[in-house]
Amino acid sequence: MPEPIDPFESGGVPSLMMIAEKFPSCLRMKRGRVAVAECYRRIPCNPCETACPAGAITIGADINAIPVVDHDKCTGCGLCLAKCPGLAIMLVDASARDGTIEFSVPHEFLPLPETGGAVDIVDRAGEVVCRGVVTQSLCPSAYDKTPVVRFRVNEAYLMAARGIRAGKGE
Amino acid sequence: MKKTDVLVVGGGPAGLRAALSTAEAGARVLVADRAPRMGGQLVKQTHMFFGSKEQYASVRGIDIPEKLLGRLARFGDKVELLPGCTVLGAYEDGVFTALQGEDYFKIRPVSAVIATGAIERTLAFPNNDLPGIYGAGAVQTLMNVYGVKPGRRVLMVGAGNIGLIVSYQLLQAGVEVVMIIDAAPKIGGYLVHAAKVRRMGVPIHTSRTVLRAEGNGRLERAVTAALDARCAPVPGTEQTVEADVMCISVGLSPLTELLAMAGCELRYIPQLGGGVPVRSREYETTVPGLFVAGDASGIEEASAAMMEGALAGLYAAGYAGFVHPSEAETAAELRAALAALRAGEAGRHIRAGLELLEKEALYA
Repeated sequence: MPEPIDPFESGGVPSLMMIAEKFPSCLRMKRGRVAVAECYRRIPCNPCETACPAGAITIGADINAIPVVDHDKCTGCGLCLAKCPGLAIMLVDASARDGTIEFSVPHEFLPLPETGGAVDIVDRAGEVVCRGVVTQSLCPSAYDKTPVVRFRVNEAYLMAARGIRAGKGE
Repeated sequence: MKKTDVLVVGGGPAGLRAALSTAEAGARVLVADRAPRMGGQLVKQTHMFFGSKEQYASVRGIDIPEKLLGRLARFGDKVELLPGCTVLGAYEDGVFTALQGEDYFKIRPVSAVIATGAIERTLAFPNNDLPGIYGAGAVQTLMNVYGVKPGRRVLMVGAGNIGLIVSYQLLQAGVEVVMIIDAAPKIGGYLVHAAKVRRMGVPIHTSRTVLRAEGNGRLERAVTAALDARCAPVPGTEQTVEADVMCISVGLSPLTELLAMAGCELRYIPQLGGGVPVRSREYETTVPGLFVAGDASGIEEASAAMMEGALAGLYAAGYAGFVHPSEAETAAELRAALAALRAGEAGRHIRAGLELLEKEALYA
């Protein structure tokens, strides 16, 4: 019998369990922006570790190691978002206490969604799961053409929301 | 007849890094590349690089040639760049022939680094010559170098890093990618790239291949089928995909014509992408003074090609009588960087291929 294949390896969508393991504690998310690094497989890469000014991301001597984020050290500055060549890092922020979560995601598609606009929010399979409101689009030169877009969604979509449907901003 | 200490054939990541090492060692170096712009395939790689600082991690590929050329410029006229110059032949007396525009001339270096890179493989299926069927790398060139959209709806064949990256860049250009298929049961590329295209809504179907292309004078649709464990199409699983573009991204083969012409011994090592030159740990082929680096010596990421190029450049300069001021130290650092890049699961086949190659070198 051939070995069963991990659906992530054949389809590219991580399981809920895999995602949950990368998330910080509820308490940490309520304190404000914090990085979630969805880097699930060993590849030779370490710019996130180099980019972090707080020393919150550790890869170590073997550059193939999976980054470990110390969520208590992470200040939520977001510098790693634009530095990760896999665009695998996002920020989550549950500090609003109004039933919404703010996400910050790298978004390399033009036109950038306008602040205040409503957008379709997609999950990790590209399915539209809800609507969100864009709170900020950032593209300073330090981000080197990898803009970061912040959007707010209902907290029920904490684990599902992952990005903005490209080119469909209103 | 042009004379130089070291000739570098190919101005991509391996070649430019080789030139830098040789220049640092004090040798005169000539870099010939057939493209009008130096940088090899970097000139179309709009994505950020992986690896570590030494390989320009998180810098976009398109920005790397400028950085390398900037470092080369510090050596003044010791470094001569020949863009738009195709090296046509490598002869047994150590003479190379080249064509730049209308100018046909000979080059006699003391040593040479062959960093010619690779060529895209294709797939055999009925009508694979219909217009609209491209190599994925060709589409990347068309879009990112010339600003031309290849079509409207793309079927990507191959879920390796190139297939995944080009799919993403097609989406960035506003082109629809209908799906990515791959004959292997698992995605071959980095899963962060796969996740990126998945959340843009592109499905990936593994264990699926192209049976045939159809269309009147140009690609209109493709018929795909699922593959069983023995890689045979499963009857009844045929699916028609409407697409005006098909990108074939099923791997690369080392470009070794010059090496073969020079008389280098070649071996077929599948893990390294096909026929590769037998070489020493110093990247010297079986022809003394003829060195090799990058994809021409085995298909790998550009980050590894840069490290290999730097090493080959050191030794090619040494052969020409120029010792790098910190040769041992630099070589040790480069070897450590290469080992680190290859240490993970993604480098397993490279490690296996290099082990085979080392055995060949012992008996060569």
